[in-house]
Amino acid sequence: MHRTGELYGQFQTLDQQRESATFGMWVFLVTEILFFGGLFLTYTINRHVYGVAFGVGSNTLDLKLGGFNTAVLIASSFTMAMAVWASQTGKKTQVTIFLILTLILGSTFLGVKVIEYSQKFEHHLIPGHGFDISYHSQNPSATDTPKLIQGEKEELEKALSRDPYLNSHTQLYFSLYFGMTGLHALHMVVGAGLLIWLIKQSFRGRFTPDYNTPVELIGLYWHFVDIVWIYLFPLLYLIDRHQ
Amino acid sequence: MSAPPASPGHQLPREHYLNATYGIRSWLLTTDHKRIALLYLVSVTFFFFIGGLFATMIRIHLLTPTGYLVTPETYNKLFTMHGVAMIFFFLIPSIPAVLGNFLIPLMIGAKDLAFPKINLLSWYIYLVGGGFVLYSFSTGGLDTGWTFYTPLSSVYSNSAVTPAVIGIFINGFSSILTGLNFIVTIHTMRSPGMTWFRMPLFVWAHYATSIIFVLGTPVIAITLLLAGMERMFHLGFFNPAMGGDPILFQHLFWFYSHPAVYIMILPAMGVVSEIIPTFARKPIFGYSFIAGSSIAIAVIGFFVWAHHMFLTGESTYAALAFSLLSYLVAVPSAVKVFNWTATLYKGSISYDTPMLYALGFIGLFLIGGLTGLFLACLGLDIHIHDTYFVVAHFHYIMVGGAVMGYVGGLHFWWPKITGRLYPEFMARTAAVILFLGFNLTFFPQFILGYLGMPRRYHTYPPEFQVFNVMSTAGASILALGYLLPMIYLTWSMRYGKVAGPNPWPATGLEWKTPSPPITENFPVTPEVDWEPYDFTHRPDISLTPGTPSLAPAHGDD
Repeated sequence: MHRTGELYGQFQTLDQQRESATFGMWVFLVTEILFFGGLFLTYTINRHVYGVAFGVGSNTLDLKLGGFNTAVLIASSFTMAMAVWASQTGKKTQVTIFLILTLILGSTFLGVKVIEYSQKFEHHLIPGHGFDISYHSQNPSATDTPKLIQGEKEELEKALSRDPYLNSHTQLYFSLYFGMTGLHALHMVVGAGLLIWLIKQSFRGRFTPDYNTPVELIGLYWHFVDIVWIYLFPLLYLIDRHQ
Repeated sequence: MSAPPASPGHQLPREHYLNATYGIRSWLLTTDHKRIALLYLVSVTFFFFIGGLFATMIRIHLLTPTGYLVTPETYNKLFTMHGVAMIFFFLIPSIPAVLGNFLIPLMIGAKDLAFPKINLLSWYIYLVGGGFVLYSFSTGGLDTGWTFYTPLSSVYSNSAVTPAVIGIFINGFSSILTGLNFIVTIHTMRSPGMTWFRMPLFVWAHYATSIIFVLGTPVIAITLLLAGMERMFHLGFFNPAMGGDPILFQHLFWFYSHPAVYIMILPAMGVVSEIIPTFARKPIFGYSFIAGSSIAIAVIGFFVWAHHMFLTGESTYAALAFSLLSYLVAVPSAVKVFNWTATLYKGSISYDTPMLYALGFIGLFLIGGLTGLFLACLGLDIHIHDTYFVVAHFHYIMVGGAVMGYVGGLHFWWPKITGRLYPEFMARTAAVILFLGFNLTFFPQFILGYLGMPRRYHTYPPEFQVFNVMSTAGASILALGYLLPMIYLTWSMRYGKVAGPNPWPATGLEWKTPSPPITENFPVTPEVDWEPYDFTHRPDISLTPGTPSLAPAHGDD
């Protein structure tokens, strides 16, 4: 099929092309909801059955890093929305600037995720044969205060009295934690790749008020990935916080 | 047919999609939906052969009660690999990716699907997924059953489960992208005047199928991903020894895999809805009900999955609800069968090959559907669960229904795809052989199952031998019935009679362009100002006796 300007041969008009592309993106997002849906269902059922273990697992996550990342992602959604707005109103330089900002924020999120994952690795919280929920309370690092370690030990003891298979069930929590955040992070990496392509195109001034579908569609995708995180954050970090 | 040909011989168009460009690159990098359909045709036929090979070995092994051909372990692998090859790599893509791909743009008057490059991508994803599965088959095989139940698949099986799971996971995206492409195309690419209720029922059926592709496939993808990760990294989502829940796997698995049955049967129903009015020379009875019942089957199909689990540990109350809901699917299915029958009533029926397949479909689907109601019945299911009754039931739907529809559709649109007619006498003979062979293969299995022969066993008590021998004999006749079309359809691509644009003649938009069509499908975008399946108000295919166009193009056969 031949392409004339931005119009591909199978379409009659630019309107029809934009409508098809946008609708296609929405259908794709529906499949994504179902894709994540299987994971959320697995999470829901396991959390219902192993509430104690999920609470313990959740409390080992770093609330500050998680909260910071949530803020970063919401900010990136804002810059993405601004990029779409700028492309629709023909502000060509601003499109590029906002896209770069979005990319920086997205990369920040992924960087923080790396820090969080490596902490879990050090604390033997990676599911598998080496998994040990009590490892950190027995092998504290130099910076941990005795009070913190004492609190952790007490929490574990209390939980163990309610769930004798705590280690195995917290392992399930962490399988889901890595499964869900990992899949989310993978979507972020794909999104970052799309943003790099978009920035290149935008740098060449391709996006005008008449033709900005790619910005809009990748924007939709980016917002979707953000929304997934908005659900993941409370479900994984905020299960059993008291103080 | 003894009447002489009434119309002068047709000529092939000088330029069409098959000769527009040449060379291997022009095929492997094509974005033409018609060429991609042919790429799919070749690849699904390949997997049909692989699956058929395993089926042949199963039937030979079951000739004797003790079974001499293979070891018990190999037998497990044979039925597993038969199921995986046939379901994921033949039945699911067959009609949508071959006929749907070829016909949907033609039927709605579009130049191509909305996303031609994504269409080509789907085919490559299918090949990559298929490659992984073939790797699994050839490096240890697969013995979990096509259902991959955990913890057998995720912990205990010693066969090559991981590559198979990865292959099916990847292949899922091929389905998703095809479904997405169809939905968008049907929404936005219809030509002027082609309203929703003027669309051929084939397109409606594919719209319903695409809904299942888009909503169901992601769930099997994530489920198999979790099962695969469980196997690779020793996680415990579905492993009871680690606190996981194997029943959850079954729920997630069947949430896709039951609707997947409708992925197989709905497009075949679409094919039948095209063939019946054409060869009864009557508008289809109850157009909007047939269209609506496709959507109803797709929607209700999502709420019946747990009838596969009546005996695997779900609650009695859930079983009760799912039993009732399963009965409900029979309603839209029956609507279709009654409407096809009403279309035939007082029709001017000719028994051309596609019509033989369509009539065969109605009969076999009826048996397959009604025995499905036996299985949806809680009390009866306890007796026939996991027996050959189930095997016979779903083969009546999948082979008797879906494959009959596929082969019938291939014959019906073969003149459009290749520009040439197949040899009619041979084709009718093959259709009859297929029908007889099929029934001889699978009807005895209903009896076997009712008498208590369990499925998936490599031996059986000697008193069951006579039915098994019948079944194996039928399978060899069935194999002949499949080989014949492969031979004469290939032959006809070069030596068949030139068909002309509308050989039957039929009413769809796809018949208003030359056969084979040009790359852009239509010289000018067609405008539709007629109702669907209207044989009376169309001068080009008028019903007036004596009109040359009424005579079948193969009149001298």
